[in-house]
Formats: sequence, structure tokens, C-alpha cells
Amino acid sequence: MTHTTAETMPVAGKKTKASLKGLSPRRRVYEVGMRALIYAAAALVVALLLFLLGYIFYMGLPNLTWEFLTSEESVLKGTEGILPAIQNTLYVIVATLVVVLPLGVGAAIYLTEYATNRRLVTAIEFATETLAGIPSILYALVGVLVFCQALGLGKTLIAGSFTLVIMTLPTIIRTTQESLKTVPQSYREGSLGLGAGKWHMIRTVVLPSSIDGIVTGCILAIGRIVGESAVLLYTVGMSMVLQDFFRDGISSLLKSSGSTLTVALYVYAKERADFDLAFSVAVVLMVITLCINLAAKLVGKRLRKK
Amino acid sequence: MKETAAPKKKTAQRMKDALERFMQILFLICGFIAIAFVLVVTVYLILSGLPAIREIGLVDFLFGQTWASSQEQFGILPLILTSVYGTAGAILLGVPVGFLTAIYLAKVAPPKVAAVIRPAVDLLAGIPSVVYGLVGMMVLVPAIRVAFDLPAGDSLLAAIVVLAVMILPSIISVSETALKAVPREYEEASLALGATELETYFRVSAPAAKSGIAAAVVLGVGRAIGEAMAILMVAGNVANMPSLFSSVKFLTTGIASELSYASGLQRDALFSIGLVLFLFIMLINVILNVFLKRSKED
Repeated sequence: MTHTTAETMPVAGKKTKASLKGLSPRRRVYEVGMRALIYAAAALVVALLLFLLGYIFYMGLPNLTWEFLTSEESVLKGTEGILPAIQNTLYVIVATLVVVLPLGVGAAIYLTEYATNRRLVTAIEFATETLAGIPSILYALVGVLVFCQALGLGKTLIAGSFTLVIMTLPTIIRTTQESLKTVPQSYREGSLGLGAGKWHMIRTVVLPSSIDGIVTGCILAIGRIVGESAVLLYTVGMSMVLQDFFRDGISSLLKSSGSTLTVALYVYAKERADFDLAFSVAVVLMVITLCINLAAKLVGKRLRKK
Repeated sequence: MKETAAPKKKTAQRMKDALERFMQILFLICGFIAIAFVLVVTVYLILSGLPAIREIGLVDFLFGQTWASSQEQFGILPLILTSVYGTAGAILLGVPVGFLTAIYLAKVAPPKVAAVIRPAVDLLAGIPSVVYGLVGMMVLVPAIRVAFDLPAGDSLLAAIVVLAVMILPSIISVSETALKAVPREYEEASLALGATELETYFRVSAPAAKSGIAAAVVLGVGRAIGEAMAILMVAGNVANMPSLFSSVKFLTTGIASELSYASGLQRDALFSIGLVLFLFIMLINVILNVFLKRSKED
């Protein structure tokens, strides 16, 4: 063996020309065959994504006009538009985050800063893991039972948002907890040593240095809400009427039903077989997904730099 | 002056202490709310799931072979079997591709290439399930109809392919993490003994990361069995006993396709399906936690 350095250091992405010389034919076939399989699998995954992106944009872009994005559906005017769906998606995101953010960040703060009872911490962590594993169709059932029926909210934005609060809570807790753990212990000791109370220390030292993690949690939660369909279909409904935030005020807004983008896509595709419009909505959803992924990546990079 | 300052300071201190205590209790409540949510979900799913089971009879409900809600026949065996077969099929297709891609990303890929593929995998994970359903409806379903010369392409096979694609990202990222955590020394020892790179990855690294890879598979099972909207759009939604080319109904799509209009016993039966699904998911979560714990210990 002449290339000893290459023989000992090939792991972790270091480029090596593995010598096939001196191998038995069987091992040579194994080496070449497995390598081919690995490349094929990775290529397949990339090809899959490229196909999905290409196909969706190819099918959806021709019908995606400015009017489609900024008008509502009207038989009288003969217009098709998804402005109501865009609005509803935003309303649901805001209403959910307003509730879930303080709850989730609070729970994470309790877990990392206050909790002394080991058993309680285990119970809370078990609870969040369980919530994270429950599929959305079951959240839809719970939402229908608890918020739409038991609390008498009916199919409304507020019922859907509450259901999504339960669904996104684990995401917020987990990401916040992770970023709280990265705050150096010396910061806390310094603050407490100067005579700050615990809450004062959290407010002025811990939270500001973990803000990136909280933002990441928000982005991930938004991603889940935008992509969610089962919960929203059954707890918010599928009407496509434009809401006027300034005319109706917040309470009547939250009590109205309406479809979000995913639900609109589902209705166009499955109930109306209007695939051109469905693909246009899909384009909008893909663009949002791309933006969310990009944003999460940027914030994550900042977090790692620290 | 001194006499007034002292009590003022005391009240300020007392206010501060009260605030501290208040905040601590507030955070504690936030923590408890997570537990409360799980309890609410569990209690509601159980309470709402039981009445129909009691009325129909547990055996008739679980092992009845016909689900025909219009004729008041509520046997969910076809739904259970479809969910099991569909999940197994998705795992069969998705795990090999996901595992091989994970090996490529963790061990073989040049860093620059990996830096392109990883975001691609993340993006696959972020695509809403209705979008997968839509593409499945427009591409996969007609393709299956033509390829196998069927009257309709909505089938278990279509659902399996869609599910396989949807579970890929979680399988890839969890197995990649596990593979990366394998100590370098193991691989170096194997290479030093004359094993080739790929022999090392498959026969040393992969077995060393087996708990993590098992966790990835179980996570995939959980994802697949819980998915509703995407397969609702491609599976045809007729409660046949599962076969690859027939139109089928999953546990999830059984709920999703009838929830909007069901009433009475039918509606209760949907909640019972939810309970069955919930039990499946809890079982999967328990298994997942076992593997995750084991992979942490490795």
C-alpha cells in the first residue's frame, strides 16, 4: 500500500480514491454496487424535490395572476381569488402565536430555570413529546369536540387557533428550551451575584440571549400552521368570504369561519376538481414554505455563530 | 427623611418579592398546561371513543369486515389492515432510500454537496401534505391507472408511494444524526484492518447506529400511520379489504372523509376510530422512546 495517509483518513468527507486493487471480486462488486446504490438514493431524493418544484410551478404559474391573489371569489363579478384564504391564514397564525408563544416560552423557562422537582420535569417533557407525536387528524377530532362543541365556539377561526395552540406547543417549548440551555451559566450567576431577582435575571439576561431560539420556534410553528390542513378543515371550515378587520373588529373576526390556503387547495382539488386553481394555490404555498425554510436557516446560522 | 425612606424601601422589596413569587407561579402554570393539554386530549379521545364501541361491541367493531356507514355497519378491520399495510409499504419503499441517502450525507458526500442536499431534504419535510396529495392526484393516480391498466388509479399503491415520499425527510435526518454520532475510532479501526470504505459504513457504522436508525424507522411509522389529507386525495376512500390496486380507506381517511357530515352513531364511530388510532400512536411513541433512549446510551 503506497497511499497510507489516504487509507487511514478517509472518513468524514475526506476525498479518497479507495483502491479496488487487491480486493476479491466479490468485495469489489460490493464496494462498487453499494456506492452506486448510495448515489442513486441521494440522486432520487434530489430528483424528487426538483420534480415536485418544477411540476408545481409549471402547472401553477400560468394561472397565478395578481388578481387571483388580491380578489375574492365572486359569481357576480366572475372572479376567482384567494385573498380571503391568505387573510385567514395570517389571522390563524397570529391568533395561535399570541397564545402559544407566552405559554410555550413560559413552560420552557420553568423547565430550565425554576424546576427543581425531577419528576415534574419528566412529566412535562413526556407530555410535550406525546403532544408532538399525535397526528393532526386526532387534533382535528379534539378540536371539534372541545372547542367547537364543548366550549360552543363552532367552526371559527378562534376554535381552530386554540386547536393549533395545542399542536404547536411542543415545537415552541422544545426550541426555546434548547436555546435557553445554550445561555452560559456564568451570565446567570453574574446577574444573580449583582443582586438581581430571578425574574429580573431572566428578563434582562436569559431571554435576550436566547431570542434567536425563540424566533426559530416561531418560524417552525408558522411552518406547521401554514402546512396544516386537517385541523383547519374541520375546526375553521371552508368558506371563502373576505373579512374586513377594520370594519368588523377583532371579536367578530375570530368568530367567523373561513378557509386557509391549504383548505382552499383541498377544496379546489377535491370538491371542485378545479386543478388549475389548486396548482396556483400550491405555488403560493411552496413559495411560503421556501421562505420559511430560508428564514429558519438564517436564524439557525446566527444561533450557531454564538 | 430617613424614617420615611426605610419603609419605602421595604415596600419596594416586598413588591419585588411578590413579583418574583408571582412569576414563578406563572411559569409553573405554563409548565402544567402542557400536561393539562395531554390529559384533555387523552380524556376526550377516550370518552368520545367509547360510546360507539359499547353500542357496536368491541369485537364487531374491531373485527367486523364491512364499514358501510349508510347501512349502520361499522366494522373497521378493513381500515386497520389498510393502515397497517399502507404503513408497511411506505416503510418498505421509504426506509431503504432514506437510509442510503443518510449514509451518503453522513459519510460519503463532499461537504459542499451535502450542504445543498440537506436543505433539499428540509424542504421536502416542509411541503404541506395537501400539496403532496395534489401532485399524487395529478401524476401518480393517472400513471398507475395507465401502467396497470385499471379502471381507476386511486389505490393503496398510490397512497403507499405518497406516504413513502412524505416519510423520507424524517428517516433521512434522524438516521443521519445517528450515523454521525458513531465514534470515528470504530471506523478507523475497521479501515485499518483493511475493510473498504463502504464495508465500513455498512458493517461497522450502521450497526453501531442501529438504535438511532430504528428510531428513524419508528418515527416514519408514526408519520405514515397518522397522515390523513394527502392520502385522502389519492386512496379512493372505499372501505375495501386492502389490496394494492383497489380503492381503500385508512383509519385516518375514514375519519377525515366522513367527519364533516356524520351524525349520530356514525359520528360516534368516527371518534372510536380516533381512539383506535390514538392507541396505535401511543404504542409507537413508547417504542420510539425506547429506541431513542437506547441510542442516547450508545
